Amino acid sequence: MTTGNFDELYREWEEKTRQLLEKYPEQRERFETLSGIEVKRLYTARDRKGEEMEKIGFPGEYPYTRGIRPTMYRSRNWTMRQYAGFGSAAETNRRFRYLLEQGQTGLSVAFDLPTQIGYDSDDPMAAGEVGKVGVAIDSLEDMERLLEGIPLDQVSTSMTINAPASILLAMYIAVGEKQGIPAEKLTGTIQNDILKEYIARGTYIFPPQPSMRLITDIFAYCAERVPRWNTISISGYHIREAGSTAVQEVAFTLADGIAYVHAAVEAGLDVDRFAPRLSFFFNAHNHFFEEVAKFRAARRLWSRIMKERFGAKNPRSLQLRFHTQTGGSTLTAQQPDNNIVRVTLQALAAVLGGTQSLHTNARDEALALPTEESARVALRTQQIIAYESGVTQTVDPMGGSWYLETLTDEIEERALAYIERIDELGGAVAAVEQGYMQREIQRAALETQKGIESGEEVVVGVNRFRLDQEEQPELYRVDPVLAREQVERLESLRQRRNGEETNRRLAALKRGAEGTENLMPLILDAVRAYATVGEIANALREVFGEYEPIG
Amino acid sequence: MDRPIRVLVAKPGLDGHDRGALIIAQSLRDEGMEVIYSGLRQSPAQIVATAIQEDVDVIGLSCLSGAHNELFPQVTRLLKEQGAKDIIVVGGGVIPQSDIPFLKERGIQEIFTPGTPTKETAEFIRRVVREKEGI
Repeated sequence: MTTGNFDELYREWEEKTRQLLEKYPEQRERFETLSGIEVKRLYTARDRKGEEMEKIGFPGEYPYTRGIRPTMYRSRNWTMRQYAGFGSAAETNRRFRYLLEQGQTGLSVAFDLPTQIGYDSDDPMAAGEVGKVGVAIDSLEDMERLLEGIPLDQVSTSMTINAPASILLAMYIAVGEKQGIPAEKLTGTIQNDILKEYIARGTYIFPPQPSMRLITDIFAYCAERVPRWNTISISGYHIREAGSTAVQEVAFTLADGIAYVHAAVEAGLDVDRFAPRLSFFFNAHNHFFEEVAKFRAARRLWSRIMKERFGAKNPRSLQLRFHTQTGGSTLTAQQPDNNIVRVTLQALAAVLGGTQSLHTNARDEALALPTEESARVALRTQQIIAYESGVTQTVDPMGGSWYLETLTDEIEERALAYIERIDELGGAVAAVEQGYMQREIQRAALETQKGIESGEEVVVGVNRFRLDQEEQPELYRVDPVLAREQVERLESLRQRRNGEETNRRLAALKRGAEGTENLMPLILDAVRAYATVGEIANALREVFGEYEPIG
Repeated sequence: MDRPIRVLVAKPGLDGHDRGALIIAQSLRDEGMEVIYSGLRQSPAQIVATAIQEDVDVIGLSCLSGAHNELFPQVTRLLKEQGAKDIIVVGGGVIPQSDIPFLKERGIQEIFTPGTPTKETAEFIRRVVREKEGI
């Protein structure tokens, strides 16, 4: 079929359709993605400008639209990494071993809020929160229990820890030392992304400037000593959970990424030394095609930023590697089994978008932490995609779809416009301090809520297709005794350890914080002497102060 | 009642999930109420002090970390101790149905679980404030 011929046929089809629509209108006047991108009735070759191959390139090659590896899942599936943690270290250790037995291929540690905000379990600020959303870690002793019997040279571990990331990384290194595994062999990730804490997640401790220093200290230390560690996981996940659109998720995450690279370059690091260890973390939300396009757009945009803005030359510096979690806020408390289906679609989008690792949410997470059974179904969901669906057999199976490529371009362009706006505000750190991203996200969240309440946006089982009588599933409960026991263990540790030595090392850390030296070795020294997360964080609080959110 | 209903939307504990709290705050404002948002990481004592100082009719507590059984009853207890038990307390967040009877027993008037339309929350608040004022 020649182009001229096609144009003529297209016009005929449009005319016939128009006549049909006079009688039978479509369900909506305008269709759009969750980011508000208009979706046309039909995409054809006319939507593309014949530049496809040049624009999307080959997998494993710049600009990496189609994936960061030439063979993708034909060589190796993504890492199945279920986020888990609750109660005590021993309890969580049992869940880790269970998940590894069930075929999970990497660990992902959820810490409780006191640990994430640098409070010990006996701090008054920790009241009610110990062991609730994750495992309570106070000292190296807890970390030893958490990782007992898990060979750290064979399993990679991701830790969702931000403000105190250097402390928990130091504990992990110290456990490795005790297992006889040198730091060079450790593999894993710390989230270490403070900017999104100010924007969306809330577990900040220190103000932006010293926080950025802690982060660049980690980049520098790991480049030398822990070369296989992912030093940061720049996260859009929580930005999306807070209510952003897909476009905002890409834009704000990459803007944060730019700020970290910029800070490290300013601190004198060579971009190609640290950039290969940067990693990313995205959400897999409901709009299937927009999500697949989002991952591809993010990958292409980041490679361009690294090449053009920072002059990176190492191909690994240009590759956006990412973890994905299915969207927690899309889960409904109503008819929780429906969540299994939502998670399946979201996980499939992440796989078709080329994710390196994946967490699939459990069906009961809108109600409580998952039970062992629902955690297993969540893992099985990704195993079914990996081993039964056949989608892993070719690289970027949706590439070349007129619709998907158009959406990919559209998301990239809109995200870039946001990044330029953030540049005008003085970069991500300044934009956060001015509350810019926070306001944009909140506006989008309100729009979504209005859409749901007006019924324009359908949530199955919530604003349509409801049940009169909901059955309450069996839920997981954190045993309140665990918190008490944790406090007792902490008290006992404080009595058993060499308190003088601990204090000496904490004092050395404080002096270091007042100066400019790299803080990682000092934190590692303190951790080895069983200084607690709270004690180390407090030493740094005394020097750095605490972050005050804007009103 | 000749003045608008005053509400303190508060985040007790260390939970950083504020999407719901911010949405509720804005929705109640849209319903004509005066709303103060506490910000993150407020202790029950801080919340009660703010509520008394700001002379609010209602405190709306939001918690998604699972610490509601510890934190919500502390707020009602402190209100009682400080002679302010006329302030109505409601809550929301990731709260299992099975915890609701316990929370109500401790003086939390209503728990709004995920998926509750914001209008429903606003109507509830208007109704209980009216009842309290004896109108």
